[in-house]
Amino acid sequence: MFKIILARLRQGHQTMKYPDGPPPKLPDRFRGRPMLNAGNCLTGCDACVRACPTGAIVVKDGRPSIDMGKCLFCGECAKVCPQQAVTFSAGYQLAAHQRQEMVVSDNQPARPNDIAMTRDIRKLFGRSLKLRQVSAGGCNACEADTNVLNTLAWDLGRFGIQFVASPRHADGLLITGPVTQNMHLALKKTYDAVPDPRIVIAVGACAISGGPYIDHEQVKNGADAVVPVDVYIPGCPPHPLTILDGLIRFLGCGAPVK
Amino acid sequence: MNNHSLAKLTNGRAVKLDAIPTLEFEGFKQAILDGTAAGQRVSAMFGDSTEQADITQLYVVMADDEQNRLCVGRTQIQGDKFSSLTPDCPQLHLFEREIAEQFGLKPIGHPWLKPVRYCHSKTNRDAWDRPANESILPAVGDFYQVEGDEVHEVAVGPVHAGIIEPGHFRFQCHGERVFHLEIALGFQHRGVEQAMIGEPTNRSIHYAETLAGDTTIAHTTGYCQAIEALAHCQKTARAQMLRGVALELERLANHVGDLGAISNDVGFLPTASYCGRIRGDFLNMTALLCGSRFGRGMIRPGGVGFDIDAHCAADLLCRLDKAEKDTANAVNLLWDTPSVMARLENTGILPQRVAVELGIVGPAARASGLVRDIRQDQPSGIFRFSHIPVSACDNGDAFGRAFVRWLEIQRSIKFIREQFAAIPAGSPLVEVGPLAPDSFTVTLNEGWRGEVCHTAITNKQGSFARYKIVDPSFHNWPALAYALRGQEISDFPLCNKSFNLSYCGHDL
Repeated sequence: MFKIILARLRQGHQTMKYPDGPPPKLPDRFRGRPMLNAGNCLTGCDACVRACPTGAIVVKDGRPSIDMGKCLFCGECAKVCPQQAVTFSAGYQLAAHQRQEMVVSDNQPARPNDIAMTRDIRKLFGRSLKLRQVSAGGCNACEADTNVLNTLAWDLGRFGIQFVASPRHADGLLITGPVTQNMHLALKKTYDAVPDPRIVIAVGACAISGGPYIDHEQVKNGADAVVPVDVYIPGCPPHPLTILDGLIRFLGCGAPVK
Repeated sequence: MNNHSLAKLTNGRAVKLDAIPTLEFEGFKQAILDGTAAGQRVSAMFGDSTEQADITQLYVVMADDEQNRLCVGRTQIQGDKFSSLTPDCPQLHLFEREIAEQFGLKPIGHPWLKPVRYCHSKTNRDAWDRPANESILPAVGDFYQVEGDEVHEVAVGPVHAGIIEPGHFRFQCHGERVFHLEIALGFQHRGVEQAMIGEPTNRSIHYAETLAGDTTIAHTTGYCQAIEALAHCQKTARAQMLRGVALELERLANHVGDLGAISNDVGFLPTASYCGRIRGDFLNMTALLCGSRFGRGMIRPGGVGFDIDAHCAADLLCRLDKAEKDTANAVNLLWDTPSVMARLENTGILPQRVAVELGIVGPAARASGLVRDIRQDQPSGIFRFSHIPVSACDNGDAFGRAFVRWLEIQRSIKFIREQFAAIPAGSPLVEVGPLAPDSFTVTLNEGWRGEVCHTAITNKQGSFARYKIVDPSFHNWPALAYALRGQEISDFPLCNKSFNLSYCGHDL
């Protein structure tokens, strides 16, 4: 007992101040929101398009755009670009309501998307949001970094958000993975078991677009092929800070958009 | 009895495909049985189509840990069946089920022939004679059942109560006691092995990185070593060292997380809370190296994607010191608390004999007293020069599996410190040429769950004709089922966490 108390004193209070204080420091090599400077692009150059593993980059009329919903944030495009037209910033606020809001072109959108939920939904869930997590394929990295939010450093419970053990107890789903054929039915049944009104949050490139498995016959290319999605949180996997930011700004209690 | 008929290979070296002997089926079978009788393990057994539709090749990769060698052979199966080896060699049971599912070959005499991933075969045959146009539903089919008074069945999954990957578990219970647990997986099947076929594309490395997201470094190292072996590429000592450090950081993060999760499942919250956070500290050290907490982008064919400078190394060492102290403080509470020890000891016992028979790998095998560790037995890269002592204990219970992790945590930290004391010079990344045609290579690495085995075969054009991945979980899921026999069903979470196996690594 004595040792347990001593350990408690030693380990101290570790819950971060964010969102009231500054966010935890991200590593220098962190690859967040991609930035495009189309003015730098060379005519006819498609090095970034060829380097992209998932077809996230498209050049149209000489202007490139990156779909963060497909992006694996591997940084290959930035590496091959002869003009430094593509860079990955430290921007971690990546969540979006709509699929097309995740398309970055020529430094647009310059600010993170507004993802706050509508007023009547906020009235219902703003102070208590119970989520059921469905892992529908994928590699378990998104799941792991979602789980991290339950550790005491992040303490998701302080925002009234909790992962529950039954869809009947849930206000919505948090989906990871590209939705494999083998998880299609289970996901649908889980969604149907959540009482209305319900929300769906898709976390990670897989759940948004299929990620690295895009267009495999074994997958459905993301959650919105099966259920309507309210919030998308891009990344492969998204940093826990990106996921937390998405959740709490959706609830309307997040850090101000910078 | 030295597998005279099989080719002898070294981990991470390529040979011409001709060098792999094609045996008659009886000789193939005998070679495997002799090998396992002499203490070898089956690292992989898999099928490969040939130009003739009715002939399938079977390959076997045996690990001879004592001789630090791999023994590889193949045989040809004509028609749609072969005689099952499982009754004589239980560790083949899942490999044979996989061959049956992928190639429509029936292993005659297999005691429990069920699908593995619930998908259609690559050929026009089907081992269960299901019509080709019928969809296959996951986990639908026969389950082992116990009948009798007060016997009941508990079914769990695929969607679980926490943030867990999907899988289906059936318990045959008598009151609280579990007679039998059967596990049906395949929900995460996303067709990675199939997608690896052909020339390596810019997506291939991402398949390797996401085979099992928490084992990114070990799997990507295995994939890159296969490419490098086939392209005869020499990496620098610096790259090998950084790969080793990344691999041990991955082990540290996961082991610390597991100890926290084990502690949570016995209801001891102090260690659960501390370890959950400290795991993040280790993940952030990996992010310091490459920007990603899971090591995405770190391992690349020809070396590593990110170099390290003195400032970064110093920062990492400083964080390592702090995390080491925090971990010791949190973890030692477990061994000092009688109520924790009472829950861990004698729970979920996997006897050594069973571990040998089932071909168990990694910390689960070492906790049952088996001294097997790829870093020692089949070392590659930095582990050929810098040795980490194998951590083992004889208990075979949840305590053993927890304690082995604690020993490994301490040794991995020591290893990283040693490596950073003398960082070799050199380029982090070298150019990789084209792959040699008609060649064969096997790479083994000790991931944090155990042996990660990648086998690559190239065709005439020098692109992948077959790429086989065996995640340690593929070997170890049956161990969890076995360990639960005779346990209380309420001990399942604890037993499960003490193995902490991968669903996606199994389902591919």
